[in-house]
Amino acid sequence: MSEIDKAKKLFGKWFGGGKAEEAAPPPPQAAPAEADESASEDSGDHAQTASALTADGDECVTPAQGTALQGTSSPDPAATQASAVEPIPADGAAPETGRGRGWFQRLKQGLTRSSNALTENLTGLLRKRRLDEDTLQDLEDVLIQADLGVETAMRITEALAESRYDKEISPDEVREVLAREVEQVLAPVARPLAIDGGRKPHVILVVGVNGSGKTTTIGKLAARYRDEGRRVVLGAGDTFRAAAIEQLKVWGERTGAEVVARDQGADASGLAYDALARARQADADVLILDTAGRLQNKANLMAELEKIVRVLRKQDETAPHDVLLVLDATTGQNAMQQVEVFRQVCGVTGLAMTKLDGTARGGILVAIAAKHQLPVHFIGVGEGVDDLQPFAADEFARAIAGRTA
Amino acid sequence: MFESLQDRLSGILDKLTGRGALSQDDVAAALREVRRALLEADVALPVVREFTEKVRERAVGADVVKSVTPGQMVVKIVHDTLVETLGSESAAIDLNAPPPVPIMMVGLQGSGKTTTTAKIAKRLSERQKRRVLMASLDTRRPAAQEQLKVLGEQAGIDTLPIVAGQTPVQIANRALQAARFGGHDVVLLDTAGRQFVDEALMSEMAEIADAAKPHETLLVADALTGQDAVNLAQSFDARLALSGIVLTRMDGDARGGAALSMRAVTGKPIKLVGTGEGMDALEEFHPERVAGRILGMGDIVSLVERASETIDQEKAEAIAAKMRKGAFDLDDLAEQLQQMGRIGGMSGVLGMIPGIGKMKKQIEAANLDDSLIKRQTAIISSMTRTERRKPELIKASRKKRIAAGSGTRVEEVNRLLKMHRQMADMMKQLGGKKGMKGLGALMGKGGMPGPDQLGGLSPQDLKGLPGMGGGGGGGLPPGLPPGLGNPGSFPGLPGLPKGGKKK
Repeated sequence: MSEIDKAKKLFGKWFGGGKAEEAAPPPPQAAPAEADESASEDSGDHAQTASALTADGDECVTPAQGTALQGTSSPDPAATQASAVEPIPADGAAPETGRGRGWFQRLKQGLTRSSNALTENLTGLLRKRRLDEDTLQDLEDVLIQADLGVETAMRITEALAESRYDKEISPDEVREVLAREVEQVLAPVARPLAIDGGRKPHVILVVGVNGSGKTTTIGKLAARYRDEGRRVVLGAGDTFRAAAIEQLKVWGERTGAEVVARDQGADASGLAYDALARARQADADVLILDTAGRLQNKANLMAELEKIVRVLRKQDETAPHDVLLVLDATTGQNAMQQVEVFRQVCGVTGLAMTKLDGTARGGILVAIAAKHQLPVHFIGVGEGVDDLQPFAADEFARAIAGRTA
Repeated sequence: MFESLQDRLSGILDKLTGRGALSQDDVAAALREVRRALLEADVALPVVREFTEKVRERAVGADVVKSVTPGQMVVKIVHDTLVETLGSESAAIDLNAPPPVPIMMVGLQGSGKTTTTAKIAKRLSERQKRRVLMASLDTRRPAAQEQLKVLGEQAGIDTLPIVAGQTPVQIANRALQAARFGGHDVVLLDTAGRQFVDEALMSEMAEIADAAKPHETLLVADALTGQDAVNLAQSFDARLALSGIVLTRMDGDARGGAALSMRAVTGKPIKLVGTGEGMDALEEFHPERVAGRILGMGDIVSLVERASETIDQEKAEAIAAKMRKGAFDLDDLAEQLQQMGRIGGMSGVLGMIPGIGKMKKQIEAANLDDSLIKRQTAIISSMTRTERRKPELIKASRKKRIAAGSGTRVEEVNRLLKMHRQMADMMKQLGGKKGMKGLGALMGKGGMPGPDQLGGLSPQDLKGLPGMGGGGGGGLPPGLPPGLGNPGSFPGLPGLPKGGKKK
């Protein structure tokens, strides 16, 4: 409870409650003539550069841009390291080599591209210049392109403007401030999914729209809990999609988890009942229930989800103990709607965000965190078993803002 | 959740009503809202910039058509530009090559490639009578190949037998060979999902394309995609030279800005859209519908289609004929109310009518919902057959009886009678003219209203419609959006009238 309060306070401060409507402080236009000149010269082409960069998404631009900047601005160890990491190819065989490296390394590798794209934009447009209207507009654009949404992006830039307006600011500083702001929102929601050992089993219901990565996430989760020495049962509740059951069975074999399944087309809530009964009988620690993907505006499918929850409660009134909503990082503003509706229908308790290994930045998570304060448990950064990571706000925020440790 | 662009613009531009042409300042103010609406609809920022520039050029100095507010004018320009950018003519899958014609499906993980592959196969085999072979080249995701096999069995499409341990390129070659021997016309190659930053997988994909030389290379992308849509489309296009895009999950409630983003940056047509989980849920792409959706203007076309699906044509035509003669009795009204319920009730209908945002709020405030339709139906059911034919018979004591019989009050019976009278008057007034044409097209024949009807009713005519003139703030601009029947020609709607000023 207190945590939530704290979170709310933070959001309140940051998202400024009613203050959102207030305009940014009036721009004192009496800036020194020369500085003005160079700034306007910059702004002449930086917008173009920014859009060109994102539009291309071209890898080879990155190092050049990075070094050029180091030449002009103060030496930046962060940038150096970032560009050193950059050339690591995103090998499909990552899962094998993955185990050796620290998880942060891997998380960062997964996020590097996205953060680089963002960093390029930031550095491109902020070369030690005054934080003026134009700059703020550009900053807002950068955030919008990270899928934070117009409103959230505006609030962040407003927060920046409040403290820094018309002050000299270096790209490095902007990244730091941005990372701090993002972390402030995300920190309260970065909570691990805690398995209650007293429950036999702890029931995790996994829901989401089609193709968000539910089954893959379940496979990775099963591997994690098996590694921790827990007894895991998987319920193949996606009885709709062709071969979804086989897909889960393969994960069961890989991870040594028992899979409870019926035939395709069977009743999903009946399967849920069976799976829970079997998990109880087998004295399992964790039951992870897969469900068919469903768009949140399909009333009948959402009702089916309600029924699954109802049926689970026939055996265990406290079940499901966690309802994990899997979000795809490439999804835009609709993710907010997904959270709202799934939460209403089946009481989502936490989120997992998948596909963060591409250039999508998953910025909608910031907006979701601000509005719903739902815990974010995991992020998926690849197809390998180890590519499911606990969500860590500081790392995520730093990676987004292009700051390393 | 979203306000429509029209609501927003009218807020800003209302005070400008009556001016002759759009000035630079008007347009600039409007474009700020347009930008925001597009961004909220997930159109990618670079595309938004380019787009608003195009609109600016067209809008500044444009004459505001009489009877239209500047806001509506801007919306029309935005809408038209959107449709144009999205591609006015539809592009079908091209099979004009020596068989077997290879078609390759690519996209991110979870975008819906396998399902779409099966849908396309079914469509080609059923509609164009082609013999289709499907092959899954997805050796990475567990059970992906089985998934396509199962879908093939469901849809009655041949699939390439699964051979474990083959590389995607080998499978592609085997598929082409099998198609040649098997006399197939088309080979659909379903590839594994891949991130476009994954160099190893992207070059694997290029190798497959080299081996299979696909005649069509379709990018399957999720309509829910956000800003990343531009990177996605550009990266795939750069490696493969896409021939088209298939947008999946258009049945969701996302605004679908990704369609505009991808079309704008690649110039490649959106060939098909996925609209559901069923094997037949694949449709041609209609730019106007998506444009309306992106702008949050509702989907009048879908309304018309749903109406034409659910409404008994003969009955509708009979009613239309009666109306033309001015003989619109309470039986007809009851029929109208029932049909409205079938289309999805008041909220269903309202949700799909563009520009109704303002009224909708009033209606909600007045607690006007589907129960009203039910009550009104009940009132009519409590009348005798004669009363229904000759409503003028209904005087005080009959009213009391009807109210008691339907569990309502005399006021409500009065209200219904008044509504019916207004409707009948209106019908008579418009009888035989455009109003009826609209009705015939919208309710009866099921087709889209032709362009001649679009500007058919002026706002003055609309004011004659109970409830329509009051809150809506003038009529809809002529021709906005194309395919939009005038709300006035939807006869079920006069059920709304008393909403705003309920005692």
